[in-house]
Amino acid sequence: MLNIMEVHETNKMIEQEKLDVRTITMGISLLDCEGSTVDELCESIYKKITTYAKDLVSTGQAIEREFGIPIVNKRISVTPISLVGARVCKCPEDFVKIIHALDRAACDMGVNFLGGYSALVSKAMTPAERMLIESIPQALAETERVCASVNVGSTKTGIDMDAVRLMGEIVKKTAEATADRDSLGCAKLVVFCNAPDDNPFMAGAFHGVTEGDVVINVGVSGPGVVKKALEAARGESFEVLCETIKKTAFKITRIGQLVAQEASRRLGVPFGIIDLSLAPTPAVGDSVGEILEEIGLEQVGAPGTTAALALLNDQVKKGGIMASSYVGGLSGAFIPVSEDKNMIDAATAGVLTLEKLEAMTCVCSVGLDMIAVPGDTPATTIAGIIADEAAIGMINQKTTAVRLIPVIGKGVGEVAEFGGLLGWAPIMPVNPKGCETFVTRGGRIPAPVHSFKN
Amino acid sequence: MNKAIITVVGKDTVGIIARVCTYLSEHQVNVLDISQTIIDGFFNMMMIVDYTNATVEFATMVDEMEELGEQIGVRIRCQREEIFTKMHRI
Repeated sequence: MLNIMEVHETNKMIEQEKLDVRTITMGISLLDCEGSTVDELCESIYKKITTYAKDLVSTGQAIEREFGIPIVNKRISVTPISLVGARVCKCPEDFVKIIHALDRAACDMGVNFLGGYSALVSKAMTPAERMLIESIPQALAETERVCASVNVGSTKTGIDMDAVRLMGEIVKKTAEATADRDSLGCAKLVVFCNAPDDNPFMAGAFHGVTEGDVVINVGVSGPGVVKKALEAARGESFEVLCETIKKTAFKITRIGQLVAQEASRRLGVPFGIIDLSLAPTPAVGDSVGEILEEIGLEQVGAPGTTAALALLNDQVKKGGIMASSYVGGLSGAFIPVSEDKNMIDAATAGVLTLEKLEAMTCVCSVGLDMIAVPGDTPATTIAGIIADEAAIGMINQKTTAVRLIPVIGKGVGEVAEFGGLLGWAPIMPVNPKGCETFVTRGGRIPAPVHSFKN
Repeated sequence: MNKAIITVVGKDTVGIIARVCTYLSEHQVNVLDISQTIIDGFFNMMMIVDYTNATVEFATMVDEMEELGEQIGVRIRCQREEIFTKMHRI
């Protein structure tokens, strides 16, 4: 029988420590959408999404109320549009028509983001994939809720450097196209290496080709809960510290598992995975940086940060794996700068630099996330940063991503405002030395030798 | 059996349990267990109830209990039991 302390513990986690189910994401395959023209295809896509997702938001709200756990976002992810539109799209503008259909579906379903305006080009690009990539600046400037992602490399295939160079330019153009909103478009664009097929977190969510027709993935998060638990382990050894993180991660994941099963049952849609990631928000008490500081750093970015993050990430996974049989996606700790109060502070103070963040991405959940850089950063430099990050993912067999925002018209020392969950970010300095000769070589970086591990 | 947990937290006053129980009996919700303490001067109650035969929708019950709490000046939450058992029991 439950006791009053356990009930209070759960409710305290939810009310004071900001434990939440970050997202219920419905993945929908669009591979069977038909149409001999772009307009017909758009109609077919709109129809499929709105048919499958019509009860998504209301079901999420009902679960939220009955269990008393906040479910912050209800989202949709779809098959990479470069595959869906390959047959009928003849120019980048055709792809823009599709993104408008997606945006309309997202608005009508009441979801805040829809992911999947994506291309998977880890080895090379088809003409359709190139067109989709070229359409991204216009597409993201003209729509509100659709997120784009491009996978430019993998451990098995190497890195497509043509795509990397192109993405450097696309990030820059997207920034210019949304210059009036602090280059907000770039906050909806991620460049991946080793992108997972079942990630429910935006902006990188898409419904991979290995997935079924429709699936429910759930992302859980609770940096505040972990931070609070660690306060009780101050001054204790690493063993106690790890044990505490693990136990907390277990409890958090169990909530996700419950919500996922309930959503899956009510919607009649199979359950895919729980993504247990500590995802911060700009609110006080909901920060991954704060956890790292609680582990023992004066400020995040100080020596020891990478080790602390590695420890945190691993313990989160160890705790989560016992709590749900299907832990997938990215699972770990996200370190977006603009969305994390303590990261913002550390970056403003100059303690947290781009180079330190890069080192941290070797052991974190994803990569260089939501980092504002000067608007005059050359496209080739952005491509160089993307290449560095993709190389870390490729060699270490992990997912890495880049979501850089060159804020047009602003420089180091200024602040970019994105609003809401996306937060705000100080503009961080970028190494001024160029890498143009490197990124313009063309072709691809071959896969590392462990691709023959079979 | 469909179990729910009702928690009541707030400043102590006469008749809190009576008001909550009256609501539950009026709607055919059976009380299985009650534990109550005063923590830091605050009234703290947890009830385990069975709402299998309830005459209202569960979601409506959640809302109405919350309203009742506002009338009395305490915070009443009504949640399905699974959220607690899942978290605390392997």
